[in-house]
Amino acid sequence: MNILIKNGHIIDPADKIDDNLDILIAEGKIAKLGKQGTLSQSGAKIVDAAGKIVVPGLIDMHVHLREPGYEYKETIATGTAAAKAGGFTSVCCMPNTNPVNDNRAVTEFMLVQAGSASARVFPIGAITKGSKGEELAEMGELFAAGCRAISDDGKPVMNASVMRRAMEYSKIFDMLVIAHCEDSALSGKGVMNEGDVSTELGLRGIPRAAEDVMTARDISLAELTGCRLHIAHVSTAGSVRLIRDAKARGVKVSAETCPHYFTLTEEAVRGYNTMAKMNPPLRTADDVAAIKQGLKDGTIDVIATDHAPHALDEKSGEFDYAPFGVIGLETAVGLTFSLVDEGILSLTDVIRKLSTNPALIFKLNKGKLAVGADADVTIIDPNVKWIVDASQFSSKARNTPFNGWKLKGRAELTIVGGKI
Amino acid sequence: MSVARNTGTRPLAINGLTMALSSKDLLGIQGMPKDEIELILDTAATFKDVSERDIKKVPTLRGKTVINLFYEASTRTRTSFELAGKRLSADVINISTSTSSVVKGETLLDTALNIEAMKCDIIIVRHSCSGAPAYLSTRLKSSVINAGDGSHEHPTQALLDMFTIREKLGRLEGLTVAIVGDIEHSRVARSNIYGLSTMGAKVKVCGPPTMIPPGIERMSATACYDMDEAVEGADVIMMLRLQLERQAAGLFPGVREYARLYGLNQARVARAARNAMVMHPGPMNRGVEISSEVADHTPVILHQVTNGVAVRMAVMFLLAGASKAEA
Repeated sequence: MNILIKNGHIIDPADKIDDNLDILIAEGKIAKLGKQGTLSQSGAKIVDAAGKIVVPGLIDMHVHLREPGYEYKETIATGTAAAKAGGFTSVCCMPNTNPVNDNRAVTEFMLVQAGSASARVFPIGAITKGSKGEELAEMGELFAAGCRAISDDGKPVMNASVMRRAMEYSKIFDMLVIAHCEDSALSGKGVMNEGDVSTELGLRGIPRAAEDVMTARDISLAELTGCRLHIAHVSTAGSVRLIRDAKARGVKVSAETCPHYFTLTEEAVRGYNTMAKMNPPLRTADDVAAIKQGLKDGTIDVIATDHAPHALDEKSGEFDYAPFGVIGLETAVGLTFSLVDEGILSLTDVIRKLSTNPALIFKLNKGKLAVGADADVTIIDPNVKWIVDASQFSSKARNTPFNGWKLKGRAELTIVGGKI
Repeated sequence: MSVARNTGTRPLAINGLTMALSSKDLLGIQGMPKDEIELILDTAATFKDVSERDIKKVPTLRGKTVINLFYEASTRTRTSFELAGKRLSADVINISTSTSSVVKGETLLDTALNIEAMKCDIIIVRHSCSGAPAYLSTRLKSSVINAGDGSHEHPTQALLDMFTIREKLGRLEGLTVAIVGDIEHSRVARSNIYGLSTMGAKVKVCGPPTMIPPGIERMSATACYDMDEAVEGADVIMMLRLQLERQAAGLFPGVREYARLYGLNQARVARAARNAMVMHPGPMNRGVEISSEVADHTPVILHQVTNGVAVRMAVMFLLAGASKAEA
């Protein structure tokens, strides 16, 4: 089916387009761009995007789809349905499934499941076998199966020598190494940020330094090895500073943060709110300010969700026992657009961080609306006000700290490969 | 309607205050108003007599059911709650993790709901996870009493400590209280900091920096690392039990050095105010945080235990007896 998107405001930072144009989609590709009213195609489905912005399909570099192994939390089908509902046409899924995606068979299984999914799926392979941090996973096999990045996300690679070798070895395939920066000796059995609130609640704290020492270590190793390093879920002012300095020195490092890290602080944990339990934990107002500054000055390239579905049973009960993680695919656009109202980011910056940059960092031939590009397109109403209702999510999971929040800005239509 | 009349206890003349707590539960001392703390302490004073009698029982909670739900080993606190309930004529049942379905993997909430379905009035919860009693309180109709949750709060311990101090020194306001030991992991310390500062006492906490949590000053306590300085002029020295396994976690190098730096001995007691009280929530590590010499000359520590029963009777009465009497 051909689609003609009319009267929209196109923002495509990769192709430096920021204009009111119509777009014709044919055979799954961008066929034509033209001044409003100049394109016509008989038989095409007409989509009126007046008052809306039309952008390259959003790309979430960091999701957990839980399949195989934890289908009761989420599946590739439900996770990509959530992606599509939230405006994401592509998601990169972390390997902490069961079994871990540390081999070709698991990657291929994921890609088979992705064949009938609502959004494109790019599996990320494990750095080490079983993500145990000991022996390197067979990166060549993972690459051959389709992985373009590796990570032991959820856990750090504690042994610096193993991480060094992984970074070196990844260069054979020019695979991106995504680091979950946490010194597990420092984070210990912590369940929230270490500070005034953890003291008051009597919960074990995770100091900000647990993240920062690993960010510093991995930057040093990237410098040593020349590997392309991407720092996942930055939550601290210290890590923002380290990444900013590293970029200034020319280290090949990129970074992402998540909407909850620029929206919430550790205060959200009060009342032993397990919906505010994630790793890294919510930090302080100073960290939130530093994250926003890092987004503004380009230190942080990407906004990813770290969509981490869990069953509600797991998320209720004792705070100590609840698993880390919150879902984010269906709230990311609204939360990120609040940065536009705050004057932190322009609309173009937002699209860079949600589409252009993830595509460049992941080396996906995506994140653009030029003629010939894949027709992955998201139409966003930046002004619509809506209330988050987790019970209506397409995700199987409901573990969001934003239920009931009033947000402004939402994806109205998500087109994946020319299909609505 | 007068509570005293309705419950058949000895007169509880409490200076015109409403005879009930504002919450259905006792989860912590944080935020508890001064008049409620005073109400509990005054009520405990009337119940203390009961334990001194030949027949240590009043019919106040006859027909009420009290469940001790203990997810963490405890002899002293569980026994104290059990005796308190029995002396009020309640039916008291003890459930501990080793003998219950807990080991079968049932969730905390399911366990509690099952217990509640058997129609109980008060559930007393001890749990190694901070916030577990608070979690149950929002989901249960019964009154929940926190008998110690993780490193969060141990409200009845702080109440009995305040009761004991008031009994011996006649007041709380204006006193200086030094709390010494592992503040970070101590629910006793947190509850006492809240309670004592609400009652107008000055609280100093002392321990190695590895055991002083960040932001303790925001809980209106001052922190120091020098025990001599901490006990100087103190009216009360409250020692905390050292968990010996903290050594493996690197929080202190060894008991010998700990005893030298943070152990209470006669020389340190001598630095405190004249007639200063020495307290310990028990069980004591003699020769570590407290020398035997000091421990054996400190009858207060056993008074704390005696008073614990009276304070817990008061709390149960105010939660179950008084609230139902008004209904």
